[in-house]
Amino acid sequence: MIYVDNAATTKMSGIAIEAMLPYLQEHFGNPSSLHTIGQTAAEALAKARADVAACLNAKPGEIYFTSGGSEADNQAIRSAAKNGALQGKKHIVSTAFEHHAVLHTLQALEKEGFEVTLLDVGREGLVTPEQVAAAIRPDTCLVTIMYANNEIGTIQPIRAIGALCRERKIPFHTDAVQVAGHLPIDVAADNIDMLSLSGHKFHGPKGTGALYVRQGLRLHSLIEGGGQEKNKRAGTENIAGIVSMAAALKEACAHLEEHAEKVSALRDKLIAGLSAIPHGELNGHPTQRLPGNVNFCFEGIEGESMLLLLDDKGICASSGSACTSGSLDPSHVLLAIGRPHEVAHGSLRLSLCHENTEEEINTIIEAVTQVVAYLRTMSPLWRDLEKGVKPHVIQ
Amino acid sequence: MLYSEKVMDHFRNPRNVGFIENADGVGEVGNAKCGDIMKIYLKIDDDVVTDVKFETFGCGSAIASSSMATELIKGKPVSEVMQLTNKAVVEALDGLPAVKVHCSVLAEEAVKVALKDYFDKNSIPYDTKQFPDCDHCEVCHH
Repeated sequence: MIYVDNAATTKMSGIAIEAMLPYLQEHFGNPSSLHTIGQTAAEALAKARADVAACLNAKPGEIYFTSGGSEADNQAIRSAAKNGALQGKKHIVSTAFEHHAVLHTLQALEKEGFEVTLLDVGREGLVTPEQVAAAIRPDTCLVTIMYANNEIGTIQPIRAIGALCRERKIPFHTDAVQVAGHLPIDVAADNIDMLSLSGHKFHGPKGTGALYVRQGLRLHSLIEGGGQEKNKRAGTENIAGIVSMAAALKEACAHLEEHAEKVSALRDKLIAGLSAIPHGELNGHPTQRLPGNVNFCFEGIEGESMLLLLDDKGICASSGSACTSGSLDPSHVLLAIGRPHEVAHGSLRLSLCHENTEEEINTIIEAVTQVVAYLRTMSPLWRDLEKGVKPHVIQ
Repeated sequence: MLYSEKVMDHFRNPRNVGFIENADGVGEVGNAKCGDIMKIYLKIDDDVVTDVKFETFGCGSAIASSSMATELIKGKPVSEVMQLTNKAVVEALDGLPAVKVHCSVLAEEAVKVALKDYFDKNSIPYDTKQFPDCDHCEVCHH
């Protein structure tokens, strides 16, 4: 089996599993308890917080543990909106290709009277600091822009955007779910006020995540209850998960350069191999992209069929195809970069990690080439494109 | 699994893929924007569908639905083929997920449009109400 769906989720590392086990067994205590077993858990929680903070160049007190990236995004955006509303500021700047955890939260806020400006991301899937600057208004209470896109992997100019937001004293949040553990993050140098991350994207456990909130910014709780996480996130802490996530992040950050270099080389080999398929094209920017992200559109075929046939060949991939999501519209990300509907339906995302090998890349190139050719033989759309009845969109 | 074994079998080994030169009836439904196009080619001799081929651009269930539809109508008299329903396609496939039922509707419509083409070409009278209005794509809003 070849697993190349690491942007969806990753396999837990041995270190992350090992780190978790004692907190499911002998150290099962509740960190709020005063006895020894409870305090052992409290110490582990504090250490995990310090480890996560160190990976981001943040202070431990600036890290809040959540159930994952979606919760962190929701809490960051809701908090900034609430703070903004208190000052009469109800405008938010974001992009058209954010994760749904961000987009749907913004849509909910629109219903509550907020105005949202979604920036275009252009053909290559990048926003510019100039676009952000131009969209900011006197009543802007938040800029939220993802660090790197989950489908097409483009890395945004976060440091420059952070700097201009800081200059204008506007809180800046970034969804770094695809970046944490894969590229260096420095919240201080990047002028980031809030940052979301998710444990299972860097070989940690599912159901774990964190929100970094710069000291001095007011955070509001989504979940009311006990006083955990400095009163900002009620509920007994998922100690085993948190400790495991911290171990996974620490491990990922320790090997970050080495893994990024290896994975980028595999990515470029895969991109080169798939580029030989006629009437197919890479989505996103050729170099300004995540080390492990490869995303192509192939004309004349539909993504779900491609995935099913690749699965038969033992290759686990994903697609921005409508059919994989249960909706009839193709990926909002591919539409945002200007792909027409009929082309966006034929998308394939392969997301690599350091455990993939060159041999696997060769197998994938061969398999995708075969599958695309086979599906085209039965596609009436492909026949029309080849006969010139319809023009090719991708040359 | 998302799909029944029957669906996967027809997806992996689709029956009657291809096209027929100078077919007696051709029906194409769906559109590229929605991500599904089905094209059915019929060869009809003495009011019997003696051969049928299909081409499909679409997801796994679209390919399986087309394949199953061709199996259900091959060798059948035209009068019987006229009675094909999407429900029959779904049942023959041991069910489709709710979001995929429109694929079976497209398969039924493609067959009907191909029959209509056959009737038109041969000046055979028919009741227009028996056929779908294929300028629309009811499951898709583009």
